[in-house]
Amino acid sequence: MNNRINKIFKEKEAILSIYYTAGFPNLEDTLMIATALEKSGADMLEIGIPFSDPVADGPTIQQSSKQALDNGITLALLFEQLRDLREKVRIPVLLMGYINPILQFGIEKFCDNCKEVGIDGTIIPDLPVQEYQDSYDSHFKSAGLENIFLISPNTSKERIEKIDSISNGFIYMVSSASITGAKEGLQEGQLEYYQRIQKMKLKSPKLIGFGISNRETFNKACEHAEGAIIGSAFINQLENDPSDEGIQKFVHSIKER
Amino acid sequence: MSGFSVNEAGYYGNFGGAYIPEMLYPNVEELRASYIKIITSEDFQHEFNHLLETYVGRPTPLYFASRLSSKYGAKIYLKREDLCHTGAHKVNNTIGQILLAKKLGKDKIIAETGAGQHGVATATVCALMGMECTVYMGEVDMARQKPNVERMKILGAEVKAATSGSKTLKDATNEAMRHWINNPDDTHYIIGSVVGPHPYPDMVARFQSVISEEIKRQLYDLEGKHSPDYLLACVGGGSNAAGAFYHFLEDTKVKLIAAEAAGHGIETNKSAATTFIGKSGVLHGSKTLLMQTGDGQVVEPHSISAGLDYPGIGPLHAHLFDSGRASFYAITDEEAMIAGVELSKLEGIIPAIESAHALAVLGKMDFDERDVMVLNLSGRGDKDLETYIKWGKY
Repeated sequence: MNNRINKIFKEKEAILSIYYTAGFPNLEDTLMIATALEKSGADMLEIGIPFSDPVADGPTIQQSSKQALDNGITLALLFEQLRDLREKVRIPVLLMGYINPILQFGIEKFCDNCKEVGIDGTIIPDLPVQEYQDSYDSHFKSAGLENIFLISPNTSKERIEKIDSISNGFIYMVSSASITGAKEGLQEGQLEYYQRIQKMKLKSPKLIGFGISNRETFNKACEHAEGAIIGSAFINQLENDPSDEGIQKFVHSIKER
Repeated sequence: MSGFSVNEAGYYGNFGGAYIPEMLYPNVEELRASYIKIITSEDFQHEFNHLLETYVGRPTPLYFASRLSSKYGAKIYLKREDLCHTGAHKVNNTIGQILLAKKLGKDKIIAETGAGQHGVATATVCALMGMECTVYMGEVDMARQKPNVERMKILGAEVKAATSGSKTLKDATNEAMRHWINNPDDTHYIIGSVVGPHPYPDMVARFQSVISEEIKRQLYDLEGKHSPDYLLACVGGGSNAAGAFYHFLEDTKVKLIAAEAAGHGIETNKSAATTFIGKSGVLHGSKTLLMQTGDGQVVEPHSISAGLDYPGIGPLHAHLFDSGRASFYAITDEEAMIAGVELSKLEGIIPAIESAHALAVLGKMDFDERDVMVLNLSGRGDKDLETYIKWGKY
C-alpha cells in the first residue's frame, strides 16, 4: 500500500489535485496538459474518461466530455496517449469516469492498462461501494490501483466509517449536495459538515471537491482537509487558454509553489 | 424469492442494481428501506385503490375485440389502459409515487418525460396533491410534443428544457437526476418507467401490477380461467409490459410477448429495439441491456413513437429476454402505423403509436382459434394525431 498517492499525503500538505477531461480541448492534448500541470505545481491529477451521459456533472464538464468524444477520444486511445506518462510525469495520476465505458473495455483489461501506463487510482462515481467490493476490488488491488470513494454532506456517520475502513488512498469529500461546478463559494451548512468530518478523525486523508474554483475556496478547504480538487474551473481555463503559460497562471492563482 | 422477482441486492438475474453517485445514496436508500413497508400498508393501499377507482377510472375494461379476433384467428382481448385518466397507464404509477412521496415528507416533485405522457401524468397528480412539480423534457421533444408541454403548464407544472446531449428522453433523465443530486432533501423523483436504480424498477412494476391483477379477475369472468395463453405488450422502458406481465411472470404456461420499436429496421442505425441491438451496460442507475458503441457511449435511439424512443430497457425485461421467459419482436415504424390504423378501422379505437407496436405483432404469430390473447392497449392515440396525419396512409 505505498503507491504515489499514499506517498504524496505523507510528504505534502494542502494538496492541489486538478481534474481535466481526456482529449479536450484537442484530442492530442491529454499528455501535454499533464506535463504542464506538474510543472506548474499541481500535486495530483485526475484525468476524466469522457462519457455520453455524465449524470454527476454540471454543464462545464458535460460540454468538455462531449467535445472530447466528438474529437474521437476513446478509452483505448487514452491509454495509447498515456503510454509515455511515467517518462514525463511523476505526481500521482488517477482516472475518473463513469462505469459503462470501463465495463465495455473490460475490467481486467482496464486494470492491466492502468498498471502498464502507471495510473495510481480510480474515481468511478456511479460504481457503488458494495458493487466495487463484491466484483472489482480484487482486480483493482492486484493492479495496484486505489479506488477512491465519495462522501457527501448527506452521507451517514456509519457509512462514512465504512467507507473510511475500506479506503486506501483518500476520501473524496463532495463539498455540498451538488453536481460538479454547480454551486460556487461556501454553501450553507458546509462549514458544519467540514467540521463534523474533521472531528471523526478518519484514518484516510480527505480531499474536498465540487465547487472549489479559486484561492479562497481552496484555502478554506485546506483548513479542513488535506487538500482539494479543482475541475470545472480548470476546464474553463482550458476552454479559454490551454497554453502552458495559461495553465501555469491558473495553478499559481490557486497556490504558490 | 421467485425467479422473476427482484432479489435483495436489487437484481433480476444479471440485471439491475443501483449504480448511483454517492450523493444520491441517502435518497435511494431511504426509498429502498421503506417502499415495501409503506406501499403494502393498509392505509396506503386504501388511498391508492380509492384514487385508482374514483380518479383514474379503474378497473379499465377487458374488451373482447371480435373483428380483430376474426382477422387473426384467435380470441383477442384488449386491456383498455387507454381509457385511464390522462390517456395511458402512466398515471397508475404517478398516483402511487406521489402518495409515497407524501409519506416520506417530500413536498417537491421532479420527473423526466419523453413524449410527455409521464410528464402529464406527473403534473396531474401534483395538481391533485398540491405539490410543486418540475418536469424535464428534451428540447427536441418539446418541439415535437408541443400540446403535451402546454398540458403540463396548464396543470401548473414547470417544464424545463434539457439542452444537453441529444436533447431527448435520456438527456431529460440525466437532468432530472442532476436536479435530484442538487436538491436531495425536499424532492422526490418520480421515474416514469421500470428503469433507474433499485428500488425504482420493482416499485414502478408494483404500482403498474394492478393491470395484471385486473386481467386475471376479468378473464375469469369472461373465459372461466385466470390465465391467457398469450400476453402481449409494447416495451420502451417497459412499465406497461411489467404491469401486464406481473402476476403471470411465474405462470410459465402464459407466453409473454414484448414488442420493441425497430424504427427504420434493426439493421439500420435508426432503431430502438434494445434487445436486438443492445449489450449489457450501465445507464441511469441500473445494469441492463443498452444501445451503445463499442467504447461504451450511449447511442441515440430512433422510433416514430416518442414513448419507445429510449436506448435502454428495464432490468426486469432484460432478464425476461436473457432467460427466454418472454419473446421479443422488433416492429418497424411502418408496421406500427399500419397496425394502428387497422385497429382504428376494425374496432373504432385509435391507439397510441406505442401500443400499435404491440398490435403489429399479431400478424407475425400463428394462432390456434381457441388461443386466448390479452393485448395491453397502453394508451390512446389522441396525442399522436399529428404523426398519423403526417404518415397519411389511412
